[in-house]
Amino acid sequence: MSETFDIKQYQITQEPYYQAQSNEIALYEAAYKARLPVMLKGPTGCGKSRFVEHMAWKLGKPLITVACNEDMTASDLVGRYLLDANGTRWLDGPLTLAARYGAICYLDEIVEARQDTTVVIHPLTDHRRTLPLDKKGELVQAHPDFQLVISYNPGYQNLMKDLKQSTKQRFAGLEFDYAKSEVEIGIVSKETGIGADISAKLVKIGETARNLKGHGLDEGISTRLLVYAATLIKQGIAPRDACRMALVRPITDDADIRDTLDHAIDAVFVA
Amino acid sequence: MTATIEERQKLQCNFKRVQSVFDDCMADARKYLSTAGIDAYIVGANTINKTGRGEEPVLVFLEEMPQVAAKLGEEVIEEVVTFTRTLAKSPNSKAIPNFLQSLGAAARALESRLLFTEYLNLVVQTAIRTSPKVHGIDSMYTSECLPDFLDSVPHLLSLLPLGGLKKWVDYGVLAYPNDPQHQREYFQLKTADSRAVIQRERHGTLFYDAERKLDLYMRGLWLHDVQFIPYSLDFDELRKPIPYLNEQGLHLPDVFDDLPNGVRGIDRYRAVLAHLSAHRRWTTPLIADNLSPFQRMAVEVFEDARVEYLALQEFPGMRSIWRKLHPIPNENLQQDADVSYIRHRLAILSRALLDPSHTYDNPLILKYVARFNEIMEKGNTRTPDIQMLGVQFISESKVPSDSYGKIYFNNTEVEYRDDNRLMWLFIEEGDEEVYEERPRPPQESEDEFKIPPRMYPEWDYSAEHYRPDWVSLYEHLQPKGNPAKIDQLLAKHSALAKRLKKIIDLLKPQNKVRIRYQEEGAELDLDVAIRSLIDFKSGAQPDTRINMSHRHDGRSVAVSLLLDLSASLADVPEGCTQSKLELSQEAVSLLAWAIDQMGDPLAIGGFHSDTRHNVRFWHFKGYNESWGDDVKGRLAGMEANYSTRMGAAIRHAGHYLGHQQADKKLLLVLTDGEPADIDTSDARLLIEDARIAVRELDQQNIYTYCINLDPKADEYVADIFGRQYAVIDNIARLPERLPQLFMSLVK
Repeated sequence: MSETFDIKQYQITQEPYYQAQSNEIALYEAAYKARLPVMLKGPTGCGKSRFVEHMAWKLGKPLITVACNEDMTASDLVGRYLLDANGTRWLDGPLTLAARYGAICYLDEIVEARQDTTVVIHPLTDHRRTLPLDKKGELVQAHPDFQLVISYNPGYQNLMKDLKQSTKQRFAGLEFDYAKSEVEIGIVSKETGIGADISAKLVKIGETARNLKGHGLDEGISTRLLVYAATLIKQGIAPRDACRMALVRPITDDADIRDTLDHAIDAVFVA
Repeated sequence: MTATIEERQKLQCNFKRVQSVFDDCMADARKYLSTAGIDAYIVGANTINKTGRGEEPVLVFLEEMPQVAAKLGEEVIEEVVTFTRTLAKSPNSKAIPNFLQSLGAAARALESRLLFTEYLNLVVQTAIRTSPKVHGIDSMYTSECLPDFLDSVPHLLSLLPLGGLKKWVDYGVLAYPNDPQHQREYFQLKTADSRAVIQRERHGTLFYDAERKLDLYMRGLWLHDVQFIPYSLDFDELRKPIPYLNEQGLHLPDVFDDLPNGVRGIDRYRAVLAHLSAHRRWTTPLIADNLSPFQRMAVEVFEDARVEYLALQEFPGMRSIWRKLHPIPNENLQQDADVSYIRHRLAILSRALLDPSHTYDNPLILKYVARFNEIMEKGNTRTPDIQMLGVQFISESKVPSDSYGKIYFNNTEVEYRDDNRLMWLFIEEGDEEVYEERPRPPQESEDEFKIPPRMYPEWDYSAEHYRPDWVSLYEHLQPKGNPAKIDQLLAKHSALAKRLKKIIDLLKPQNKVRIRYQEEGAELDLDVAIRSLIDFKSGAQPDTRINMSHRHDGRSVAVSLLLDLSASLADVPEGCTQSKLELSQEAVSLLAWAIDQMGDPLAIGGFHSDTRHNVRFWHFKGYNESWGDDVKGRLAGMEANYSTRMGAAIRHAGHYLGHQQADKKLLLVLTDGEPADIDTSDARLLIEDARIAVRELDQQNIYTYCINLDPKADEYVADIFGRQYAVIDNIARLPERLPQLFMSLVK
């Protein structure tokens, strides 16, 4: 790894659109000022990742995002030695890069990673702000700009997939949910440029599905899917077809729920 | 137009009543039939007359035939006449009028020649199959059921497609082969079976099939969680119930057919639910005492329209469904002088309020629709706001005929609307004094804890369908005996127990499972290591997870042991000193002990039957109960009685086992003979039913295994259990064999 690593490529140059639901921007800014690690909780597609991008842009800091999965090991975060012609060389992982060069490191869906992987973040998230690379024999002192953000969706919560208390208690938490209907209508309109009347109907369908959560649906229709549907309608697709394609088919294979949501679409959009 | 003289001459029939209706019939025939058709019609009437069965068949033929021929084509006349002649020659000639009477309904329901011919075949088949047979000769006796069947056909065909009708007949024929009295009742639609089969075969959207969808609909769109209570429309001819809401829940029909105008049954349900939910959300009760019944009716119409208006703000798509379900009363109806048209007038108003594209031009209706819309557009309306509208509408539109007793009902009922019973508060219920009768608390009976029976279907192999709710199964907790007896038995087998213990220790979960793709692990995974090296040499990113490790695999097995407790169990087999019952007790105790040692959940149940109305299921041990004195006591109390109706017991044990959380589910059936019961003469029937029951469990991922003590079991046991069985010839060794069998199964 050369010392001339270009962290600029992780800089966000254009403002990502984010509609604040409450005072979360001020809260995050305060947390960043103190470099407190932050945990974002909330259902899928409610704007967690968008929020982090927006804040990184607002603070002018580079953002390194890692999508966690269950095959991820500690080396995938920290870095590892590789063999090459002259022997071996060390390759920094994303977490090390962020700590070294002062980026915001965003671990998306952290519960997907195995618990032995998540413990490597511990020394970075308390007063030490260090990252020991034990294989390399180096102790990386975190850059003053470095901050760690994790996100997870408590909706999946089951016995196997939960954060350990020792991990949880290192973060300040922000709870996200789907925006209130007026705000969500604004978001869908702003993202796609579609009229507020159609956004309102889309949000109505979204709320119908969210009411069914726990009765055969694991998760309601997310804001992201509503935006997809609006995008399709914007292209000239008939609203009923667009909703079936973007809102219903992706979220369920259950025939009864599909039928009910299809009916909700027909009831809200007049053909 | 009257019949011509030639026509009268052609009709060689001098019955007075025939002659008197002939003119009317000919007028009807001319309306529907061609000249050739009329000829065939009269010739047909003659032929039927000549069968010599009196005036009745001729009369019915003359009345029904023109419309049947109009529906199905004139060739059908010939077909019906030929068929009637055959029937006349058979012992069932008595049924001719009933047959002819059923044709009109059949033609209307079936609407095609092909289906109609099939219907005729069905009649023949029914006649043959319900005739008593003596020495295999069957064409000599009258079928008692045929007239009943033919009388039921109009009602049946209004509910069932022809295929369903055939199945209904099949069931009736096969279910009561030796019981003509019950069979007649079946065909008269008087038995519960008969209705149950109709319900199963009928067309349309059944409530039971749609229940979950409706539940989701209420939750998703209306945020309501209600109890649905279905009622049946079939057996209440005089006054059809309509949907309503009360404290118990939401009452709605058990079936909705799809409508010809394209409204699906499920959407008719949703229309009802949407209307009722709108009431629940927006209606506040009014005091009823100050209003006359007509005023109340009018207020209800406005209130219905108001809540629908509000619902349509949220779900505009509902309008198309409601509009299709709402009657369209004819404004220019020819009105009789002695009939009250109040309902008709209100229905027009209701239609005009719901449907903006209505074509009514009655100024009063238009005025009130305009006033209604004005109020609604202001927003924030409440029920009292429109009360005045209703009251004023009645006083402005009042005509003297309104209060006549004869009321015009046609086309005024809105099927998806409820009776608005929750909209009114009655302060005075009536003039009578009310004696309040407090229901006395039911006497606590000393009797043992009783659960209502569970109904199970039974498979009828010859008809290839289930007999719905055929078997009643009662659950009981086995009364306790002396647990010391079981301890003695176990002590007797202590040597065997010691051997078993060794096997158990070996069986305890210790299977190793390899976990691959480990960065750090117990040993090198060569496959992955080589692949990584190749990646590396070729310049790609190598996978460093080249190790593997192991973990112990846990076992998750739930076992249900089902004992056949029929009377034969009390026998002492040849060469033994103990009865099969005692041997079973020993074997089961050992097995229960062994399974308890292994820590798998085990339930023990037993069954015997005394006809299909009384299958008893005895609980000995539940899954979560530990192997203690309670269980031992119940095992010691085991008794043998009655017969072996196995299918229902298997289904019942499977029902509990299905709810267990385990990767593997095992049902062990310990029996000493083939399924049999005293109300079933066909030995094959219960065997086939048990086979289907095993297959049902197989579909639920339950592995069924039979341990059979009957040396002659080979004849049937494979039919039921496939290859999943063991026959124990030397019964004396059962206590030893049973645990071994179990262990070999779960190894």
